[in-house]
Amino acid sequence: MSPRPLRLTRLHVFAALFVLLGLALLWWAPGAFEADTISRLNFGLGRDAPGWGAPTRLTLQVIGGLYLASGLLALVNRWPRVSLAALVLSGLLIFPAVLIGAAAGKQTNVLTMLAESLRLATPIVIGATAGIWAERTGIINIAIEGMMLAGACFGFTSLFFLEPIMPGATNLVLLISVLVAVVFGGLMALLHAWLSIRFNVNQVVSGTVINILAIGLTSFVRREWLLSTRAGRITLPNIAIPGLVDIPVIGDVLFNNKPIFYMMFVLLILTHVILFYTPFGLRMRAVGEHPEAADTVGVNVFFMRYLNTTISGMIAGLGGAWFSLETVGGFDDVMTGGRGFIALAAMIFGKWTPFGAFGGGLLFGFADALGTRFQILNVPVPPQWLQMLPFLTTMVVLAGLVGRATAPAAEGIPYEKQ
Amino acid sequence: MAEITAETHQSQPRQPSPGRMPRNWSEIGSRLVPGLAVVTAMIFGAVFMVAAATDWAAARAAFSADGVGGFISEVRPGIGRAGIAYGALFEGAAGLGYVNPSSIRAETFYVTLLPLGERSLVFIPRNLIDTIVRTIPFILAGLAVALGFKCGLFNIGAEGQLYAGGLLAALIGFHPAFRGLPSLIHIPLAVAAGIAGGLLWGAIPGFLKARTGAHEVINTIMMNYIAIRLADWLIKSREPVIMLDTTASVPRTPFVAQSAMYPYLANTSLHFGLFVALAAVWLVWWFLYRTTLGFEIRTVGANPSAARYAGMSVSRSVVLAMALSGGLAGLAGAGEVLGVQHNLSPGFFAGVGFDSIAIALLAKTNPFAVVPAALLWGGLINGAGLMQVRADLSIDVVKIIQAFIVMFIAADQIVRALWRIRARRRGEEVVFARGWS
Repeated sequence: MSPRPLRLTRLHVFAALFVLLGLALLWWAPGAFEADTISRLNFGLGRDAPGWGAPTRLTLQVIGGLYLASGLLALVNRWPRVSLAALVLSGLLIFPAVLIGAAAGKQTNVLTMLAESLRLATPIVIGATAGIWAERTGIINIAIEGMMLAGACFGFTSLFFLEPIMPGATNLVLLISVLVAVVFGGLMALLHAWLSIRFNVNQVVSGTVINILAIGLTSFVRREWLLSTRAGRITLPNIAIPGLVDIPVIGDVLFNNKPIFYMMFVLLILTHVILFYTPFGLRMRAVGEHPEAADTVGVNVFFMRYLNTTISGMIAGLGGAWFSLETVGGFDDVMTGGRGFIALAAMIFGKWTPFGAFGGGLLFGFADALGTRFQILNVPVPPQWLQMLPFLTTMVVLAGLVGRATAPAAEGIPYEKQ
Repeated sequence: MAEITAETHQSQPRQPSPGRMPRNWSEIGSRLVPGLAVVTAMIFGAVFMVAAATDWAAARAAFSADGVGGFISEVRPGIGRAGIAYGALFEGAAGLGYVNPSSIRAETFYVTLLPLGERSLVFIPRNLIDTIVRTIPFILAGLAVALGFKCGLFNIGAEGQLYAGGLLAALIGFHPAFRGLPSLIHIPLAVAAGIAGGLLWGAIPGFLKARTGAHEVINTIMMNYIAIRLADWLIKSREPVIMLDTTASVPRTPFVAQSAMYPYLANTSLHFGLFVALAAVWLVWWFLYRTTLGFEIRTVGANPSAARYAGMSVSRSVVLAMALSGGLAGLAGAGEVLGVQHNLSPGFFAGVGFDSIAIALLAKTNPFAVVPAALLWGGLINGAGLMQVRADLSIDVVKIIQAFIVMFIAADQIVRALWRIRARRRGEEVVFARGWS
């Protein structure tokens, strides 16, 4: 019997990476930190907030050891399930490891870090949810970026023109503006759907058209109409959820936020329930997996695709409003800065499920939040490197996971009625 | 009746051969579709110009006062501005203008073609030359994306690859270690470095696609953002200084040595890069249609399963196509550094990536057709400045026109319906890109 050929799988590559990472941590930590350096992690503000003083060197060495162990375990490959679980668990330890390393000799607030990650994940998670709505019915939507941009721009345009007309009714104006953002996101999506369903345009090409159009349209609108500066940039107000906000430690962080942040969770749950527990969701998935079969049992494939792509754009438009109306209170050229594309990666990461996408979004949100936190902690790393983090994370995650992530079967294929 | 015509039309195999004259409007029109798409896009662009140039409050007031007539009289100046805008756009792009010669700046050389009283038909060679200079990177970058499409790959990462190429070319160009080299060595060295940078930047997403199946659309976009941040850091970093010219008031690299600059042609801004670009066009065509590797790439693009069944290595073709695509984009970046700017500043290549996609689509991935498509792009962008001055319109309207051009090229049924041209025959479709799998 010939020996089994050695196949280099993705697991091996990851295991080897983990071994290297573990060795690097074990070798680097003793040189970089004194034995008595303490990283203080606080859970809340103020002096009496609960906290944990972690001995920097020891903690990093322990984490490095865990990396080494799980990597070796996976390389031995005797117990595949156990080693995979170990890899995932120690993979998650990268978050505390980085934070503890950065906060050596200082203190940092873990709660605000988590809250910031969640906040920065909002547009990514909403964008990913938007992607799920289109892609589950078989329409590739790489135009989330463009739809977000349109939402951000026209939402702010509405605020810009309505604010002087309706003084005093700020909240109403903001609400209308968010709705305008949603509508314009939907309009861009309708164009995408029209091109790819009515004209069978390659959906990736059509999405690129939307992206280019959105960049041109929004910078044109900004340059022509939105440049006259006005003082006082207003954004959506914080809403404290009564009762929940009083929960100690996490209450203020989670339940005293802005509306689109809450909408993220509402959308996640709604999408999950609709997709997996309603007849409508079943039809959606059928159209995305096997449109011929769906058509045979009387589902209108074209209508489902038009409808869901438009809904996708409306959700993306809401994500766009996060930039202009919830965060900045203004509109800048290309202010979405690639979040729409990262959202796609988060969607693929989550295997086209809402909660999986939420996990992916959190990962990118954390990478994003880490950048600002590093600057606060004065870690001597160039800011540009930290800004690369979300994009590098995306590539690593996609390389590691996409092989096992399967897209809806009929995705990208125009449906032709027999 | 119409059905019968369609049937007879299909029953006769009519391949468009270069020797045969087209017989009716539909056949002429089919060849004109790209041109008609451009015209349609310009008409759509005019709508935005009129919208921007009209005082809508006054128009509404006039409408309620004098009805439709009043409304039209308010909108008419906007239509006039759109006309002025397109005139200026054309003058800025092609150098042909119907203007008062005294309005042309004194130092600008021009030829009066037709004196027509106060205003004359003049030709300003400099505008046309500037357009051609602008066209050079678009030819190469458009070629890069077209090559990717031939393999069924969507390279959105031309921008990042331009940065990778531009950074390396600039480094070789200005680094003291390479100063004093003769031009014959220095220029090829800098160009090779540029190609190598782009090659690497393109090969990474290609490798990831071939090896792990990660889609190249996402990865090339991520590589774009990484390249932008990398360039920003390399050029701006002060501790340590890496590629920053500390004597300059704006962040940029030092100027490349004289010996690394592309030679200029006859005292104009036209540089040697034009020949590089045209040679690349021919080379890409030769590679795709006259070599085995090129054939394999096209086969993988047309049908990966068939290619695999025929014993071709799909992975090799994917990596090779992405690497070559990146190399071409890197060459474009090197050309801008060595021929035009002579240094590199952060943000210099912003937007070229999307432009090159549009050009490749406009050319239907045909290497030779990339040249006129790129010329159109160079013209639009070069003319936009004059348009902004003359018609007081934001240059972003050009971006809208460009987006519409791509849209009408991609969905040419819209153009065919608008201009009454019969639908295209089967088999004329061009492969662009694939879904996530």
